[in-house]
Amino acid sequence: MIKVEGLTKTYSGVTAIRDLEFSVAKGEIVGFLGPNGAGKSTTMRILSCFLPATSGHATVAGFDVASQSREVRSRVGYMPENVALYTEMRVQEYLEYRAALKGVRGRRNRQRVNAVKELCSLRDVEQKLIGALSKGYRQRVGLADALLHDPDLLILDEPTIGLDPNQIRQVRQLIRDLGKRHTILLSTHILTEVEMTCSRVLILDRGRIAASDTPANLAGRVRTAGGICAEIRADAAVLERELSALPGVRKVELNPLEDGWHGCMLRTDAGRDRREQVAALAAAKGWPLRELCREQVNLERVFAEITQSGEI
Amino acid sequence: MNFFTLLAREIRAYFLSPVAWVVLFFFLLLTGFNFYAGVAALNRGPSEVTVVEAFFNTVFFWFGFVLVFPLITMRLFSEEYKMGTIEPLMTAPVRDSEVVLAKYAGALFFYIVLWLPSLLYFLVFTRITRLEAAGAAGPFFGAYAMLLLIGMFYLSLGCLASALTRNQIVAAIMSFSVITLFFFIGLLTFFILSITPALREVTAYFSALEHMSEASRGFFDSRPFVFYLSLTAFALFLTFHVFQSRRWRN
Repeated sequence: MIKVEGLTKTYSGVTAIRDLEFSVAKGEIVGFLGPNGAGKSTTMRILSCFLPATSGHATVAGFDVASQSREVRSRVGYMPENVALYTEMRVQEYLEYRAALKGVRGRRNRQRVNAVKELCSLRDVEQKLIGALSKGYRQRVGLADALLHDPDLLILDEPTIGLDPNQIRQVRQLIRDLGKRHTILLSTHILTEVEMTCSRVLILDRGRIAASDTPANLAGRVRTAGGICAEIRADAAVLERELSALPGVRKVELNPLEDGWHGCMLRTDAGRDRREQVAALAAAKGWPLRELCREQVNLERVFAEITQSGEI
Repeated sequence: MNFFTLLAREIRAYFLSPVAWVVLFFFLLLTGFNFYAGVAALNRGPSEVTVVEAFFNTVFFWFGFVLVFPLITMRLFSEEYKMGTIEPLMTAPVRDSEVVLAKYAGALFFYIVLWLPSLLYFLVFTRITRLEAAGAAGPFFGAYAMLLLIGMFYLSLGCLASALTRNQIVAAIMSFSVITLFFFIGLLTFFILSITPALREVTAYFSALEHMSEASRGFFDSRPFVFYLSLTAFALFLTFHVFQSRRWRN
């Protein structure tokens, strides 16, 4: 469905993406993961024909995004990162207009508008002015717009940004459902989002693909690459010496708490869960242990890890 | 087909925004006063000019006339750039040319609506006074044809200015300056003493004041037609290319 070869984009000297290569097969839900400025939006804008690439080729459904842009545009439903809408129009009006613009006319126009209103739960606001809608509703109008012409490929740039937790859950569910019939490329910087919706993940870092894997594999590696938190009551110097001696532990930070307790932060190598060894050590030494957990996975750390060690 | 979809949106956008109604209101006020002043002047005694001629050749008319174009056109492209609505617009399967023409046609439509009420003035005048407003059909239609022609050109200049920037004020200032220059060029040369007669004659061909005063007296001259239509086409051609250039500009 998507084929990208040697795609490069520079903005007045600054390289946003360089020599990007990837492809997406029909029916896949692919997540674009990366920190801000990694080039996700740029890539999506090129694929939706809003921006031209500086060099390289990209095709969507066999059509070149540069030379056959209208063919591509009529097959792609694109939801930009900041959904910009005509604030003076009503939701119903806007959707009818957008559908007509995408060549959906006559009776089919009414059918499609009704269908997407249903899908995106916009029934209650159809007569409201877009300017009066909350961010969440505007986001859904943008998604509805992308779906109007029943496109082969959906490109969604951060579809859940700015939504409340309930709406995020709804949108994720909607994306999963849509994935049964459409090919989807979505971008996000939230790791759990990718895990919940995508069949494959592309990690973008400084304009390059740093990794491509299934969410399960990626999450597994990322989880163990993090750190371990433990709360142990023992002498600080001994604690530090013993913990540092554990295999796979790279760094130990101690944080004195009340009554001789210490909060311990352990940096460990990627690949294996080291909690068991910490528990065993505490038991062997007879230290009281009252908390042992993995550090919450933090994407920024993961990125640092991936790009510095070249792992994954 | 896309053209009409886009045009309908443009027209709707005009009449759903308060700016359009404010412009319409004050423009009517100005032309109404202008008409009143014209009739009052004629009432003072015998005169060689007709009401139509008086109406289209006063300072009130010219001033409002020049000012209205930047107000109509400044939002066309600038607003879409600024609001970001250009992104959904241009990722829909539409041609750049369709967008440019639809925006231009929308502005032209609003411009025509702006002038429709003034037709009423002359109808009322004829009914009440039982006098000919223009003396003959020629000056009447000539004046309105010239109004449309000059308007078409100035609107295309406004389109071009708006396509150049995401800032509406900048667009308005640019189009206002260029339009004013075109409009008063015939007048300006009278203040520059060093100008040669030949050059003065050349600028007279550009002078909208000249074109209007001739048309409202019933002279038909094909030169302004060629002049305005070709320049309109040229300005729209430039607009199209400026609009396309956004792809490689950033």
